[in-house]
Amino acid sequence: MRPIPNIMLEIKDLHASINGKEILKGLSLTVHPGEIHAIMGPNGAGKSTLSSVLTGNPAFEVTHGKVSFYGKDLLELPPEDRACEGIFLSFQYPVEIPGVSMVNFMRTAINEHRKYNNLPPLSATDFLRVMREKKELVEMDNKLTNRSVNEGFSGGEKKRNEIFQMAMLEPRLSILDETDSGLDIDALRIVANGVNKLKSPENASIVITHYQRLLDYIIPDFVHVLYDGRIVKSGTKELALELEKKGYDWIKQEVDKK
Amino acid sequence: MAEDILHEVTQNEYKYGFTTDIETDIIPTGLNEDVIRLISSKKNEPEWLLEFRLKAFRHWQTMKMPDWALLKIPEIDYQSISYYAAPRKNAPKSLDEVDPELLNTFNKLGIPLEEQMALSGIAVDAVMDSVSVKTTFKETLAEKGIIFCSFSEAVEHHPDLVKKYLGSVVPYNDNFYAALNCAVFSDGSFVYIPKGVRCPMELSTYFRINASNTGQFERTLIVADEDSYVSYLEGCTAPMRDENQLHAAIVEIVVQKNAEVKYSTVQNWYPGDKNGNGGVYNFVTKRGICKGENSKISWTQVETGSAITWKYPSCILQGDNSSAEFYSVAVTNNFQQADTGTKMIHLGKNTKSHILSKGISAGVSNNSYRGLVRVGANAENARNFSQCDSLLLGDKCGAHTFPYMDVNNDTAIVEHEATTSKISEDQIFYCNQRGISTEDAVGLIVNGYAKEVINKLPMEFAVEAQKLLQITLEGSVG
Ligand SMILES: Nc1ncnc2c1ncn2[C@@H]1O[C@H](COP(=O)(O)OP(=O)(O)OP(=O)(O)O)[C@@H](O)[C@H]1O
Ligand SMILES: [Mg+2]
Repeated sequence: MRPIPNIMLEIKDLHASINGKEILKGLSLTVHPGEIHAIMGPNGAGKSTLSSVLTGNPAFEVTHGKVSFYGKDLLELPPEDRACEGIFLSFQYPVEIPGVSMVNFMRTAINEHRKYNNLPPLSATDFLRVMREKKELVEMDNKLTNRSVNEGFSGGEKKRNEIFQMAMLEPRLSILDETDSGLDIDALRIVANGVNKLKSPENASIVITHYQRLLDYIIPDFVHVLYDGRIVKSGTKELALELEKKGYDWIKQEVDKK
Repeated sequence: MAEDILHEVTQNEYKYGFTTDIETDIIPTGLNEDVIRLISSKKNEPEWLLEFRLKAFRHWQTMKMPDWALLKIPEIDYQSISYYAAPRKNAPKSLDEVDPELLNTFNKLGIPLEEQMALSGIAVDAVMDSVSVKTTFKETLAEKGIIFCSFSEAVEHHPDLVKKYLGSVVPYNDNFYAALNCAVFSDGSFVYIPKGVRCPMELSTYFRINASNTGQFERTLIVADEDSYVSYLEGCTAPMRDENQLHAAIVEIVVQKNAEVKYSTVQNWYPGDKNGNGGVYNFVTKRGICKGENSKISWTQVETGSAITWKYPSCILQGDNSSAEFYSVAVTNNFQQADTGTKMIHLGKNTKSHILSKGISAGVSNNSYRGLVRVGANAENARNFSQCDSLLLGDKCGAHTFPYMDVNNDTAIVEHEATTSKISEDQIFYCNQRGISTEDAVGLIVNGYAKEVINKLPMEFAVEAQKLLQITLEGSVG
């Protein structure tokens, strides 16, 4: 008998809305440790909404469905606790926080994670060492970490900063929302390598993207198509190649026929 | 949903709300010439000081409360206030003689006198209600010829100095609250730094309103003689009260040639409860004069308390090449109102002033910056730069900026910049997503916003000020 694989994330029939408008309309997805899931789909399908809902953005209201993370009811937890449970979101549009230095921000974030897990705060020396290591991992410029969080960062720099933070926080589940958009060709490779280096049998990723080129570097175990608030098609990495060639119309037609 | 967070964060009650049970000597409420004579005689004052008080009182009776500030000030019945309260026991000579209750109060505030004396080398002139209770490190200072004592002691032991400078920067008829203070001032601090002396430690005073229904009329006079330097700290917290309490202080600073005075304040008077009941009315007149060439004044203030704040620490730049700075963080939450800023009056040649004001409003509070930059006809090459920033938490609060300029010399360069920003829900969520709670996120953002000013404070104060900002805003974001 094969052991039943441990389930990390289980989303069941999730409905969510914003300002009274339903965006997610019965979405289900299961993620096991070690897996990489790619989510693709047309603009406005609800991909970012899914990442917002999973991470507890208060702008969205869950109207129906269940989400569990290692058996815990995720929807019960405030966003900061979900983060400390090990869920990380690389934002599609990272915000700027003027006046708050990257160093101060990261130290606060790491120590909050440690506090949640009953660990003492990291000493200044240890923190700086970790910071240096992770900067190297994503080839992040020193100048950026000396500035305020994302303030005046270029689009690509912001994305790289997201992956740097991911490396610092070592999440169990990382959700990358179009981390590839805005990255130049070299940066794409560096960021993807960073993600791959952080990959382990215990971790999982949900990679939201529009383009095959990211999936050339980060090889997904599954590819899902999100359309009109639901996952309407799932497959393996070949599905992404097919979508790249044919677009979404044929899937839309399939769905609309039903 | 944002409203909920906002609500939650703004509901933090004042943490220093407690009263001390100390016998106080209160004279009956009301204000007339007899009361003023009584105050003066209780303090064994010389005739000239009584005359000063009476002159001010007679003038005050002809004045009206100013109404130009963006403040809603409830009617104040000046006859229902008691104008004098002092701890009954005689002033102690050492800590052993200090009322244990009082020491306890300071401990609750996190200001253990013993520790302050031993560790930080700060001379603490602790003002309980109106009379100075404890002055420390006097001997060390005395060796250098520095005078740091209560105002009453100064009147007794250094009458010539007091007479020479009292009212020389803020005249008795300057404004309504100043005139009132001149008439009834109780006590305060006096500092004199002699020629060529650099004061070896920060001089610090903690004020505290204690007796019920007692107005506070502190008076501070700082004189820095030629080539001298001093850094002076004033900080205060007040216990919770139902009745509104009036506080109308005066601070005068005189800086002679090549001398420098740094004046830092952390103001945390009781702001009233979250429904807008109670709280201190803080109507203060603070002014310094850069009298001699190359003299310098800097005001740094962190204002988190009081129900109403009316306060414009100002500088008269009289000496050529003199300079002045004003660094301010003013926070208002719940129903607090603050109308604060500065006046820079350039009279001498090549005078420079720099204004950096950071307002933070939360709840349904109102926060106004009001600044005047005046350049006199003879002030060749005067320069001013003003930066006024406002940060809003939530959308029920207000921030206003009123910069006035009056430039009478065309070699002057006067610049003003203003920004308004808001802590957005996206910023808070971004922090949350990294494991940082909303409260800590607000603390991070606010302290980041205010850090240019906080950094100007002496270390011990900077830490306290950071904590205060966070406590004041605990719970307030959208
Ligand atoms: N605040 C809002 N009010 C109303 N509708 C919103 C709001 N935020 C998002 N939506 C709508 O929700 C839908 C899903 O948006 P979402 O950002 O999840 O799409 P997406 O799949 O990530 O798209 P993209 O590929 O362009 O990033 C869109 O139609 C969008 O307009
Ligand atoms: Mg999106």
